[in-house]
Amino acid sequence: MEHFNTFFPIFFLFVFAAILAGVFLLLSVLFGRKTKTAAKGDPYESGMKPIGTTRERFPVRFYLVAILFIIFDIEVVFLYPWAVIYDKLGMFGFMEMLVFVVILLVGYFYVLGKGALKWD
Amino acid sequence: MNHSLYLIILLPLLGFLLNGLLLGRLKKGFVSFIACASVGLSFVWGVKVFFELLAMPEGARAIQETLFTWIPAGQFQVDFSLLFDPLSSVMVLVVAGVSFIIHIYSIGYMHDDPGFGRYFTYLNLFVFAMLTLVLADNYLLMFVGWEGVGLCSYLLIGFWFEKKSASDAGKKAFIVNRIGDFGFLIGLFIIFWQVGSLNYADVFARAPEVFAVGGGVITAATLLLFLGATGKSAQIPLFVWLPDAMEGPTPVSALIHAATMVTAGVYMIARSNVLFMMAPTTLAVVAIVGLATALMAATIALAQNDIKRVLAYSTISQLGYMFAACGVAAFAAGIFHLMTHAFFKALLFLGSGSVIHAMAGQQDMRYMGGLKKQQPATFVTFFIATLAIAGIPGFSGFFSKDEILWKSFSSDFGSPILWAVGLFTAILTAFYMFRLVYLTFYGEGRMDNHTKAHLHESPKVMTVPLMVLAVLSVIGGYVGIPHVLGGSNRFEQFLHPVMTGLHGGADTSEHVLTSAGHSAGTELTLMIGSVVLILIAIYMAYYLYLKNIDLAGRIRNNLSGVHALLHGKYFVDEIYGALIIRPLINGSLFLWKIIDVFVIDGIANGLASIVGDISTGVRPVQTGTMRTYATMILAGAVVLIGYFIIR
Amino acid sequence: MDIRSAAIDLGLISPEIIILASAMVVLLLGTVLKSRGLMAFLSLLGLVVGLVLVLQQWSQPQSGYYGMVLKDNFSVFFSVVFIMTAIITLLMARDYLIAKHIDRHEFYTLLMFSTVGMMLMAGSTDLVVIFLGLEIMSVPLYVMAGMNKIDPKSNESGIKYFMIGAFASSFLVFGIALLYGASGTTDLRRIMADFSFLKMQSELLLYSGALLVMTGFAFKVAAVPFHMWVPDVYEGAPTPVTGFFSVGPKAAGFAALLRICVYGFSGMAELTAVFWLLAVLTMVVGNVLAIFQNNIKRMLAYSSIAHAGYILVALTAGGEGAVSSAVYYLLAYMFFNLGGFTIVTIIDSRTGSNSQIDEIKGLAGRHPYLASLLALFMFALAGFPPTAGFMGKFYIFSEAVRNGFVWLTVIAVMNSLVSVFYYLRVVVAAFFGKPDQEFSPVSFSPALFIALLVTAVGTLALGCFPGYWLELSQMSMFPII
Repeated sequence: MEHFNTFFPIFFLFVFAAILAGVFLLLSVLFGRKTKTAAKGDPYESGMKPIGTTRERFPVRFYLVAILFIIFDIEVVFLYPWAVIYDKLGMFGFMEMLVFVVILLVGYFYVLGKGALKWD
Repeated sequence: MNHSLYLIILLPLLGFLLNGLLLGRLKKGFVSFIACASVGLSFVWGVKVFFELLAMPEGARAIQETLFTWIPAGQFQVDFSLLFDPLSSVMVLVVAGVSFIIHIYSIGYMHDDPGFGRYFTYLNLFVFAMLTLVLADNYLLMFVGWEGVGLCSYLLIGFWFEKKSASDAGKKAFIVNRIGDFGFLIGLFIIFWQVGSLNYADVFARAPEVFAVGGGVITAATLLLFLGATGKSAQIPLFVWLPDAMEGPTPVSALIHAATMVTAGVYMIARSNVLFMMAPTTLAVVAIVGLATALMAATIALAQNDIKRVLAYSTISQLGYMFAACGVAAFAAGIFHLMTHAFFKALLFLGSGSVIHAMAGQQDMRYMGGLKKQQPATFVTFFIATLAIAGIPGFSGFFSKDEILWKSFSSDFGSPILWAVGLFTAILTAFYMFRLVYLTFYGEGRMDNHTKAHLHESPKVMTVPLMVLAVLSVIGGYVGIPHVLGGSNRFEQFLHPVMTGLHGGADTSEHVLTSAGHSAGTELTLMIGSVVLILIAIYMAYYLYLKNIDLAGRIRNNLSGVHALLHGKYFVDEIYGALIIRPLINGSLFLWKIIDVFVIDGIANGLASIVGDISTGVRPVQTGTMRTYATMILAGAVVLIGYFIIR
Repeated sequence: MDIRSAAIDLGLISPEIIILASAMVVLLLGTVLKSRGLMAFLSLLGLVVGLVLVLQQWSQPQSGYYGMVLKDNFSVFFSVVFIMTAIITLLMARDYLIAKHIDRHEFYTLLMFSTVGMMLMAGSTDLVVIFLGLEIMSVPLYVMAGMNKIDPKSNESGIKYFMIGAFASSFLVFGIALLYGASGTTDLRRIMADFSFLKMQSELLLYSGALLVMTGFAFKVAAVPFHMWVPDVYEGAPTPVTGFFSVGPKAAGFAALLRICVYGFSGMAELTAVFWLLAVLTMVVGNVLAIFQNNIKRMLAYSSIAHAGYILVALTAGGEGAVSSAVYYLLAYMFFNLGGFTIVTIIDSRTGSNSQIDEIKGLAGRHPYLASLLALFMFALAGFPPTAGFMGKFYIFSEAVRNGFVWLTVIAVMNSLVSVFYYLRVVVAAFFGKPDQEFSPVSFSPALFIALLVTAVGTLALGCFPGYWLELSQMSMFPII
């Protein structure tokens, strides 16, 4: 029972997310305009054509940005738990996080310096 | 008292380092001075310590010097320490002395060679390694020297590496020796495993407690040690490398492949006499292998035309003698023969080098003849050596060879059959050696006119060493005159304290291994008989190769099958090629072509085809291979865990 | 819970911090400044300072971060090996990188990142930290393998290493998960303390976990059958990187294997059989396949597999003596293998080089000293006295014999006999081979000279005077697990 108490918020989040997704789908089915094209019927593969030759040429810039985004995005997630218990960690925690952010920034400046974010 | 034993090995090492590091920056004179002086001083120091050793009471003749603790590993400890006892003193004097003489000779012989500095560098390194081998006081240090001389031998055989045959010969020597070394190493492991030490003193002291006489362990260990000896000392079955080793410069053949390195096996067995005495089976094997080698090599030598090859087979044959002596527990006789052989065989090789020098590189005796006139000094010294090796009374070879023959007849481990084979070999030896002398020095010159015009005696720097060796070849035997001829065999007495295997360590009275039951009369009769037979053999050589040379050709034609067999050296190389080397290559090819290409790549391709990825040419093979890698990892893990589940 | 407890001790991980910091400085500066020589120098400085700091920690075992980081002699010893490997790699790489037009500052950064990963691997008893160290080590390695972007072989090498490496890592994580499931902890010390209890309670889980962990590390040390990536990756990667691969990650893998499987799971006697089998397979396959290689990097790849086999012999034997012989061997192996790779790198730096053994022909005529050193390293690899290779093999084999593994030793000795053939082939090519055309001379810099000097002196010192070094390796047994 105590497990249930501990994990109840998570369970609630899980149910709420499912309901929300269901509702959005339902709404678009009810009110959306329905155009059926071949491209729309394809399974979604992050912008890649799901079927075709593997020797295809494709612009790499999009992926570069996407990958960089994911990396920094995930790193930033670490900030949340830190923020939640910031009070308890105090100055030490702050310095630790500062180090963490500096490391992130090194990566960021490196990426900038290499020109990975220039579109042309 | 401080004897500074380390100087004996340090000096050649310094010579090696000086010449090696300054390679190509020194003048030839300076290079040869450093090389010769370092070895010469080492010899002088050896003599000095030898006299200090003689001054000690007979039972306590051993100088032990620990330089530093070399390998401490728990209860296992090896010191870098040297031992100078009667056995190693003989070896040191022979090795350093003969090396010094040959160094001097080499100055003349190698004078015009572009690799002059390199040559002396290697030679000094060799002397260092060889002296380490004989001065070591434990098996591990001995093994270090053992490998070191092997390396130098390899480097010097392939000295003229531009010649493919020379570099091939070097490789062959090295690889064949590795087989022997493998046995040696395993033997050492067994000893260490059982005794817990590799120190001579510890091993020999504890051996009687640890091993049962004639037991399986000691027999295996000694057989493996003997395998090591057959590699280094060119005995059946590992003798094939020595004849090819003649590709090296002739002084190298004299030093390494006749006088010193190849006798390391004999030294090792004599050193381990305690162990070998505990394994009668091994002793029998040693005696039989030794005599078989002696006989086989002697017969091959009958049909060779290359002067150095005859001498090479003669070396193998004489080494066989030494092993035969060890095999009948006459270790002192083996070492005695080792010493006299070092003198006269070095002389023979150097003499042949002088001949080859004069003949502008020609080594085939069929194109020689009559050199007596042009090369008197070479001829006289060579002839003395021939008399010594043939066993003519009064020359050194007679005493040592006769000692071995008598011991193989009379010793507890001997038998008349061994004696008969030994005697037959001795007769053959006399025959082929005189054949060599007659073909080379007597009769008409068969060389072309150009060569004939350039025939000349070698310079002093080469002939003087020959003369020194000739003197040694004569007087070298007088340290061991047998009792029956009124001597007291001082050599055997001198070595006696080392031969603890023969008298259990305590008893130092002479002649424990007496010829009990054999009278002096028998010994004298056998001796005279053998001398007569040898003289007859010499006369036959004279008759066939000088007086009636057509007859020799006729005999050869009549016995063409036998001649082909002997000339082809019993086709041992070919047999090894067919039985060992070919299957090895084929087996490896099989692993590569079949296992690797078909099975491994096959799985890759097979997987690829199962998945249906056969469409796009060659590149999918790469992806397929990566899949195989992953599959192998998975399979490995599954097998590991599966084993534990069904275990 | 008070975070600011004594558990946080920056001094404890100061070497790692210094090396990481200089890696980041180089990474940033390199995007601004053009001088690659300066980058190399800064990296070298960082590594040397790190080395000095590590040496300070010798003989003062301490732990921190709640037992997650452990600086005993074992980890210090291995850290020294890793940093030395990185330094020698850096020294030998510079000219090669310039010659191949891939002199990027990222190389130095990645080298240092990877080194830090290795140090973490050797310096922890917590499976999670070890795994983190492994990944910090591996990811830079993947990039380094594929660093020569215009060379398809390098690309192939990087991709293959990455894919297979990721695959093998999953085994490791899975194994750690199972161990956690069985014991409720990832701390080896606690698993070890409760071993017999855990074994009764959940033997299958525990053993499966242990074996999967072992699989993961067997991959890193290239034990057969987890070795198949090695030849392809070694051949394609830039030559100095290959040298680094063949020593650093292998030593790190062995450090982890020693810590986890030999010591942590010492209660699991059945592992001996597994090690036995792995050792025999690894030696035989490595040596036999090495014979047929014409590409020297591929040959050295198989040779490094074979050497992993010899070290596995020591792991099979178990016991303190055997472990110290393995540690000694790794130190020796670092010297002579990196020495060999330095020379291969020098030869490879010539334009148009394909790393074929034939390309070495005629080396002795042109560069006699270099050829002699090559011979020295090859003899060491083959295990001849008086080199470190001989003493290393000698210690391992004698330990194996002492612990009763006579047959294993016989197989090992026979294998090292076989290995003579292919090492000698290189020597023969260098000294006796006739080059097809004139041997084009190699360029030679002070950095290369230092690299060669250090490796050659190390090879001889460990071979001639092994006593001192063996004592060191015995002292680096685990005072704390």
